[in-house]
Amino acid sequence: MTILKMASTAIKSLFSRPATLMYPVRPAKRTTTTRGHIVIDPANCITCRSCQRKCPTGAICVEVKEKTWQIDRMRCVICNSCGDVCPTKCLSMDPAYPAALTARGGVYKVAVAGPKKKEPAPVAKESLKTE
Amino acid sequence: MSKQIIIPFGPQHPVLPEPIHLDLVLEDETVVDVLPSIGYVHRGLEKLVEKREFTEYTFIAERICGICSFIHSLAYVQGVEQIMGIEVPERAHYLRTIWSEYSRLHSHLLWLGCFADGMGFENLFMNSWRIREHILDELEATTGGRVIQSACKVGGVRKDISAEQLDGMLLRLKDIKKDIRTITSVFLDDSSVKHRLKKVGMLSKQDAYDCGAVGPTARGSGVAIDLRETGYAAYGKLNFKPIVAPEGDCYARCNVRIQELFSSIDIIEQAAKKITEGPIDVKITGAPNGEYFSRVEQPRGELVHYVKGNGKKNLVRSRVRTPTFTNIPPLVMMLKGCQLADVPVIVLSIDPCISCTER
Repeated sequence: MTILKMASTAIKSLFSRPATLMYPVRPAKRTTTTRGHIVIDPANCITCRSCQRKCPTGAICVEVKEKTWQIDRMRCVICNSCGDVCPTKCLSMDPAYPAALTARGGVYKVAVAGPKKKEPAPVAKESLKTE
Repeated sequence: MSKQIIIPFGPQHPVLPEPIHLDLVLEDETVVDVLPSIGYVHRGLEKLVEKREFTEYTFIAERICGICSFIHSLAYVQGVEQIMGIEVPERAHYLRTIWSEYSRLHSHLLWLGCFADGMGFENLFMNSWRIREHILDELEATTGGRVIQSACKVGGVRKDISAEQLDGMLLRLKDIKKDIRTITSVFLDDSSVKHRLKKVGMLSKQDAYDCGAVGPTARGSGVAIDLRETGYAAYGKLNFKPIVAPEGDCYARCNVRIQELFSSIDIIEQAAKKITEGPIDVKITGAPNGEYFSRVEQPRGELVHYVKGNGKKNLVRSRVRTPTFTNIPPLVMMLKGCQLADVPVIVLSIDPCISCTER
């Protein structure tokens, strides 16, 4: 009796709670592994530019001289490969999804600490040569 | 002979999730010829292989399709691994298998929903997608992404599933199986659904073979081809059989996909039992030098990734042959002679994924 089966499913869902969340009122489901957006801890960044080289979409731009780290949220595909290669682990993934953006917005720039004094950033020099 | 008219179907049409254009040549209400044309969502992803490092291209290969994304990246990394002669750890193989089957589950449930929507059965559509949401939750909890998992990498996988997590997944999978059985019995037994699907869009076994049908489209016509039988990833160590329905109509194709849902759940349970402890990836050095055809089974059929490298970080060529592309000639075959009102159901019955087709 499939007619009754479908009818019972329909009646059950009529009296049960909705399967969807009333999103802005109730927060979205998130797990600890959810890739939401990349966040940086500016104090630990040594401007080694590993993240810039490993980014598949070229969303990250690191200025070694100015000591800034910049990400274009519109370009970022949230793959976390920058977080994987970061030698100081200053890049991490936040489970909250970034807010909606317009095409012009989304560029986020921060001043970072830069290389430690005793290490003259060997990786940075090498990457400059290859480019 | 009555007067022939041409009706354009798509690229924008209520039943089409993605843009494909079909020119239907009609005589009265009967379709006598079909002229398909594609090219509305070409993104040039194959060319990008020259601009990105071979390790980074995994993420781009994954974005070829938004539904079978994990299997695209799996096919690509398998190609690169074969060129470089990388031995992937056993645990990574099992994890890849589990995620592939979860992808198949969510893709088939999505298709069942779309198919019900195409038939005008909205309640069934909503219920199929509600079950799919549970599968997406599992994928998000284990890989971090709902539909774009980014879990594959050259040399292994990026995420691990702990033993407790795996037990929880299996426990929830039992409930999901029960829900799926309730929903799919409506697809298979309901008289109105049967009336809409049986003897519609007939494709004979010989035609399916000659036109190069793959996946459930071929298996629904009695051609037993399933690339998982070649034993890539951990499929060689698991026990399963390709699901075949000999009738060759829309109902048979629907039946094949429904039985595959249960087969996928069975494969996940087997893989979870046999999974071994150990590392999940190996370090890779050097760059690929050579070429390889990597073939895997997508939810829609056989997927071929061709990769060619010349010993540098950037590959020279990547070529993707997606299942929908080869399923278009069988689709034309099915549509000839059908009624205009049956066209949406027949088009959906091959599970068209146009963004895959055009890359």
